[in-house]
Amino acid sequence: MTATNEQGLQKIATIIEQNQTLPGAMLPILHAIQNDLSFIPSNALPLIAKALNVSKAEVHGVISFYHHFRTEEPGAHVIEICRGESCQAMGSRTLEENIKQSLSIDYHQTSKDRQFTLEPVYCLGNCACSPAIRIGDDIHGELDLQKFEQIIKSINTYSLELK
Amino acid sequence: MNHSLSDDSSLPITSRKIFVSLDTTARSRGSDKVAKQVESVLNAQPELAATLVRNGSRGMFWLEPLLEISTPKGRVAYGPVQAEDVNNIINQHCFDDISEHPLCLGLTEELPWFKSQQRLTFARVGIIDPIDVEDYITHGGFVGLSNALSKTSQQLVDEVKESGLRGRGGAAFPTGIKWQTVLDEPEQQKYIVCNADEGDSGTFADRMLMEGDPLVLIEGMIIAGLSVGADQGYIYLRSEYPQAHSILNQAIDNAKTAGYLGDNICGSEHSFHLEVRLGAGAYICGEETSLLESLEGKRGLVRAKPPLPAIEGLFGQPTVVNNVISLASVPYILSHGGESYRDFGMGRSRGTLPIQLAGNIAQGGLVELAFGISLNELLQQYGNGCKSKRAMRSVQVGGPLGAYLPEEQWDTALDYEEFSSIGAVLGHGGIVAFDDTVDMAAQARFAMEFCEVESCGKCTPCRIGAVRGVEVIDKITDEKNDPQQRQDSVDLLHDLCDTMEFGSLCAMGGMTPFPVRSALKFFPDDFLPHPSTQKAQ
Ligand SMILES: Cc1cc2nc3c(=O)[nH]c(=O)nc-3n(C[C@H](O)[C@H](O)[C@H](O)COP(=O)(O)O)c2cc1C
Ligand code: SF4
Ligand code: FES
Repeated sequence: MTATNEQGLQKIATIIEQNQTLPGAMLPILHAIQNDLSFIPSNALPLIAKALNVSKAEVHGVISFYHHFRTEEPGAHVIEICRGESCQAMGSRTLEENIKQSLSIDYHQTSKDRQFTLEPVYCLGNCACSPAIRIGDDIHGELDLQKFEQIIKSINTYSLELK
Repeated sequence: MNHSLSDDSSLPITSRKIFVSLDTTARSRGSDKVAKQVESVLNAQPELAATLVRNGSRGMFWLEPLLEISTPKGRVAYGPVQAEDVNNIINQHCFDDISEHPLCLGLTEELPWFKSQQRLTFARVGIIDPIDVEDYITHGGFVGLSNALSKTSQQLVDEVKESGLRGRGGAAFPTGIKWQTVLDEPEQQKYIVCNADEGDSGTFADRMLMEGDPLVLIEGMIIAGLSVGADQGYIYLRSEYPQAHSILNQAIDNAKTAGYLGDNICGSEHSFHLEVRLGAGAYICGEETSLLESLEGKRGLVRAKPPLPAIEGLFGQPTVVNNVISLASVPYILSHGGESYRDFGMGRSRGTLPIQLAGNIAQGGLVELAFGISLNELLQQYGNGCKSKRAMRSVQVGGPLGAYLPEEQWDTALDYEEFSSIGAVLGHGGIVAFDDTVDMAAQARFAMEFCEVESCGKCTPCRIGAVRGVEVIDKITDEKNDPQQRQDSVDLLHDLCDTMEFGSLCAMGGMTPFPVRSALKFFPDDFLPHPSTQKAQ
């Protein structure tokens, strides 16, 4: 697990303060932290544990149970490839291999330039237009390698423009 | 070219509308770009005096992005539309007649695929502006709630019992009976929890409904609250649905502002508070007790039943847990009467089922029909065969825990009991088609692999069985093994399936054998030795 700096801790404290009185506040707090910092830093755990009156192990148990939560900083773009049956019926097994090759990473890994992190996902609800992937909050369907590479190209051009 | 627009006197200018969907799948096909282009045309030509509405989807996804234009005869559809078509369509379109544009499909509601459906629950999806309370009311919204406010809790529960509604989340338990149990509990604090985890691959009805008509779900939950005496509701939404999340939150805000949520709803003495909570990518959290654990902020470990959630649910209090579609069907039942809903369907499967056509299918989308239609009609008449134009070979119904059906079973009627009599499940109504390139051993292997990834870990048959299952299937298909070794592995797989079916605490481990056994039984040739490369996929 990676820690965050003083500024990150400040954000975490605010998030905890805003959410801790919710019934069942654990998931809302974890989501808010990951939304803001892109991952859940190790030094957030004692703060969450204290606020919710549970052990640090308990917080860790929750984080590790859910596939969505991550404790390492991901690349600039998280790419989730659907592994569900509908997408398999439309060639996702080949597509996922092609994408891994194209980015030179496997699932749960981040590319060297820290642009992309690859994750599996089980259904995006886009099954009428399989195969599907999600990048950020955008869902792309009827995907093949060519279309994927176009999307990646447009993301890369965009982030170059920002630099 | 736009003569008919400027001198169109038959339509009140304010009702000229152009519709482009904001549904996730429509967006995945480019509807945002189309909408943007519509906006820029309307801005450049204010004399058109039309407004853009972002609606849900009609569910004909191969025609998305669908652009619809209102006319006195009804909405005229164009599709699939690309941004570069927009200017032409709008300027050639005549606001009171069908256009000759090559993408013009005619009146949307006359399209046979759409017209033949029986849309009760999805009546407004693709028609209204999803977050506009006024639009919802204009199209019959909140009639059910207004009727409900003048009834007693028992009368409401009786109406739902009368409808014959059974849970659409998979287990098909009678909704009215569940509500009666919660109503009969003496506790003060009760909860309504909407299961919007929609984890089954091949399903998207919950998503489409939440994106296209979230207010009907909200209305259903308020009525559920009145029925059992609960003043707090939660929608447990999977984190894979960002668009549904944003739309639900806007709809809840608007419903609050309009006095339908909060204290003293519609000026009555009743209160109902509603909040969306996000899941975090765990299939098992669709199981109702795991979902409740998750809502309480814990790991999603399945609870042993009893006690039922209806008696000891969220935070130990009596709780109704219902699927999105179950709850969204309630406003119809209260506005048209339970009997009217029960008039649809066959046998003990009453009402309609929103069916989702997915996978390798030419016309994928949402078909809402009364129970009773055959799988074949759906696959051929609605689905129009495989998208790949190859022969269809296998169909999985009811999500990752559902059986694979070979062609000889496609005459089965969509009905809970008919499906269960052939060892299959209807589940949440998702149908995933595969063409003749499918490797059914790989599909069986995946079923075990999925169980391994998603098991909550509480019981051994599921946690360990799934890992063993993957290994055993690999042994069966491994060309290095001799026929006897492979036959032994097949026997072992059957034993393993029995252990998982009968020894698991919940249907995750208990039903994973369904896809595995059906693949083995109906597609035995696929389990003959494979070159190792294929197996590895
Ligand atoms: C492994 C597993 C996953 C499930 N996933 C869902 C789901 O995603 N959505 C859902 O509504 N029900 C799901 N269910 C069924 C729920 O446990 C429960 O029966 C349902 O929410 C009750 O609502 P209903 O009566 O309206 O169907 C799942 C069950 C199991 C065993
Ligand atoms: S069957 Fe699997 S998912 Fe269900 S309780 Fe047992 S271990 Fe958990
Ligand atoms: S199975 Fe891939 S989007 Fe549903």
